Amino acid sequence: MNTQTSALARAPFDRTLLLAAPATLFMVALFIYPFLYGLWLSFEPAKGDWLANYHKFFTADNLWPTIWTTLKLALPATLINVGIALPIAFRMRVKSRYQRLITTVLVVPITLGTVLIADGMLTYFGPKGWLAHLLELLPFYEGPIRLTHNYWGVLISLVISGFPFAFLLILSYITGIDPVLARAASTLGASPAAQFRHIYLPLLAPGLAMCFCLAFVQAYSVFPSAVLLGAPAGPTRVISLAAYEAAFEQYDYSLASAIAMIMGFVQLIIVAIVLGLRGLFYRGPVVGGKG
Amino acid sequence: MSGAKSWLDRAWSGLLWGTMAVFVVNVAMLIATVATNSLARRWLGTWLPDGWTVNWYVQAWKDYQLSDILWVTMEVVLAVVLLSLLIGVPAAYALARRDFPGKRALMLLFLLPLMVPPMTYGIPLATVLYKAQLAGTIWGVILANLIPAAPFVILVMTPFIEQIDPNLESAARVFGAGTARMFTSILVPLLAPGILAASLLVLVRTIALFELTFLTAGPDSQTLVVALYYAVFAAGVRAPQSIDAMAMIYMVVTLVWLLIALRFVNPTQLVSRVKEHPRVAA
Amino acid sequence: MKQDFSELRLDRVTRRFAGVGGKAFNALDELTITIKRGEFIALLGPSGCGKSTALNCIAGLLPLSGGTIQLDDLRIDTLPPESRGFGMVFQNYALFPHMSVERNIGFGLRMRGVSAAETTMRVANALKLVQLTGQEHKLPGQLSGGQQQRVAIARAIVIEPPLVLMDEPLSNLDAKLRIETRAEIRRIHHELGRATIYVTHDQDEALSLADRIVVMKDGVVQQIDRPQQIYAQPANLHVARFMGYRNVIEMDVEGATGDCVELRDRGIRLSGVAMQAPPGARAMVAMRPEEIVVGEGPQGRNTLAVRVETVEYGGRDSLVGVVTATGARLFLRTAQSAAPGDALSIHVPAERALVYAPTPA
Ligand SMILES: Nc1ncnc2c1ncn2[C@@H]1O[C@H](COP(=O)(O)OP(=O)(O)O)[C@@H](O)[C@H]1O
Ligand SMILES: [Mg+2]
Repeated sequence: MNTQTSALARAPFDRTLLLAAPATLFMVALFIYPFLYGLWLSFEPAKGDWLANYHKFFTADNLWPTIWTTLKLALPATLINVGIALPIAFRMRVKSRYQRLITTVLVVPITLGTVLIADGMLTYFGPKGWLAHLLELLPFYEGPIRLTHNYWGVLISLVISGFPFAFLLILSYITGIDPVLARAASTLGASPAAQFRHIYLPLLAPGLAMCFCLAFVQAYSVFPSAVLLGAPAGPTRVISLAAYEAAFEQYDYSLASAIAMIMGFVQLIIVAIVLGLRGLFYRGPVVGGKG
Repeated sequence: MSGAKSWLDRAWSGLLWGTMAVFVVNVAMLIATVATNSLARRWLGTWLPDGWTVNWYVQAWKDYQLSDILWVTMEVVLAVVLLSLLIGVPAAYALARRDFPGKRALMLLFLLPLMVPPMTYGIPLATVLYKAQLAGTIWGVILANLIPAAPFVILVMTPFIEQIDPNLESAARVFGAGTARMFTSILVPLLAPGILAASLLVLVRTIALFELTFLTAGPDSQTLVVALYYAVFAAGVRAPQSIDAMAMIYMVVTLVWLLIALRFVNPTQLVSRVKEHPRVAA
Repeated sequence: MKQDFSELRLDRVTRRFAGVGGKAFNALDELTITIKRGEFIALLGPSGCGKSTALNCIAGLLPLSGGTIQLDDLRIDTLPPESRGFGMVFQNYALFPHMSVERNIGFGLRMRGVSAAETTMRVANALKLVQLTGQEHKLPGQLSGGQQQRVAIARAIVIEPPLVLMDEPLSNLDAKLRIETRAEIRRIHHELGRATIYVTHDQDEALSLADRIVVMKDGVVQQIDRPQQIYAQPANLHVARFMGYRNVIEMDVEGATGDCVELRDRGIRLSGVAMQAPPGARAMVAMRPEEIVVGEGPQGRNTLAVRVETVEYGGRDSLVGVVTATGARLFLRTAQSAAPGDALSIHVPAERALVYAPTPA
């Protein structure tokens, strides 16, 4: 007993920290290690010098444009999702009888999954689908609109699958802000718009940044819908698809890893920009300067 | 002046409700399209099909070996939920209750898998699993799915544990409860709602997670999403109606779980316990 | 938005809520009062009696279910809070956590489009008024409770509102700070020269601060009066109990001449003053422990023979619990020493034994 106490006194190690050990080991073994392995692999090309894969990526006509193709889909989709979710969630922040019903209805598309959305869109938006039928009833409708097998198909599917998630996340951030703050602002003369601008928006900034990042990852990794709904040979040849082809069609794991690393790198740049913007947003109020 | 303001207000309100209506109506029509097609005898460019049948479901069940796939899906999902809770909840407890050097780095480690596209680590992971001879097995699929699931549990549970008064644990100790008793009689009951919420959300997410399963699964370890993808991708061989039947089965499976989740978790409270107010205190 | 006013009139202001089982109840029932410029009004009552509801109705944070509010000839109860221009101090301060002290205080001025130069100057003045000069760049989370509280006050008064509303502003402070800040609030009220409505459940606070006190119970106004009146002449038994009339006994009415009522309960006789006319066959008599004295009254009137049960030492005096021959328990404060079991004579002046109609306990 005595020795035990003195031993503890010598090394006051907090055993609670051990609780984090399994998760940490797991992440190191299955996330960090493969990641580093992939990084190493990307510098070990089948032929050529150590940078050959990266050289190939940035010169091949069917590889480097995939970055822009993906960003052109992911950025608008994320902006639309967050941009629409924010005002709707703001409107839904007050507890009412409808709040729960409407949030449930808006959240249901989460269950659809990209494949079902793609499959459904192919029929519903297709040339003989219900939407075409409905539009034919309009007097000024001319010719079929094409919403599948192109850019728009993929964008729409990204909005359908991404919006509910963005909405749910923003809603729970907004409802976490003490409504008394907005009431205090209103007694000081702040109109609802000013309350949003001066109270909700700055307090939401961290949550919005987080939400933007998570929604962006989702859109940026777009894969099944780009294949099923888009034009995977051209306008919607996204970077995931290029990586997949390299790995499982050409069996060039080294090149595939290089593409995966580039993909992760671009993603992290976007995250860094968003977090940087959040910092900008913040510094004003925190330091308390003019304006 | 106030007239102009209320006019603007109403226009804004109308715009919001209009957007929501367009979204909901189109999604509903989309689901209805799939549902109708899966029950249609023949449906060629008319408003409604010629006749109705459930044969596509029977056919899909047989052709795609749905019973096997559903069984695999269930095994994967249950294993992922249990294992992610098992390693995620203790880690969340340590993060919520203790301050230690390197805590921020650890939080980053747990946040990163959610911030990096699954493809980025999925492809190297697939090669690592292949070397470990786990690729294509159900264990490979489970391990791969745990990578985003465990951090997700930590992300949900940490703020949940933070809002439980640590004095309750101290009180239990003062009144003589050892660590194990304290855990079972105080913490588990208090954490139960959070654990339930986290596990249901992990469940829904894992059913829907495509990329990692797609990269690591073999023919015997496909889950429903991946099977569905292959079915659509290889369309032309099978009747589209039986693919739609499979899609409906997929949707119903997830929907049931989501609705169960929403009964226990108010959607507005998922992360509202996160202290995302700026850290003002010194 | 008015900057100054001469009176605020509340006319039968009512607010209903859905209570248990969806049955509506009046959280605030027909509050009618006219508040003059310069007045300090306290809303006093136990927790849940509708004080905050009343304040929120005046601020515009809750729509009324009935009644009107007028600021001079302007009807304001239909205006949103941002158009009423009142200053409000919230119970938990509701300081904006992401803004420095300076920006918190200047918020209302910025919302009014006051120029940056003037805002800086007025914020500096407000900081001086609440004695927080030098803290302007801190965030609310870096301040102590008392400092946060003063920022909240500064934020409410810097806009020079016609009316300052305060909802239990001192309830989160410790006892010493509470008494200090109380004096400060009174001083600021005088310097501003406008009106203040102050919600509290603490009778000492209300007595020391207010020009007039509104005592409430279950949403209904019980009495509106000057502190001295409320203290000495509570309008009914509820007010009396709330104001420290701890000894309440039920007795038979023997007779009444004018305000003076003769009471009897078996062997005990008391005479008191009727506060509610006219008492029936039974009445309640209420007395403060401080106003019962040890010894015989003049000509032995209003004197009771009692036995000491408990003695609670309190420094300058003790709170002595006694029991009468009829078994009624009374408390009195006395500097004399007493011990349990002692027999005592006590008496209460007839004008300090207040007689009320009996109410169900
Ligand atoms: N938003 C509300 N919905 C329903 N009942 C409420 C609401 N706000 C207050 N009440 C009820 O109204 C009564 C008065 O509340 P309040 O004015 O807050 O009392 P207090 O005097 O303690 O400030 C209480 O019974 C309270 O439960
Ligand atoms: Mg209150």
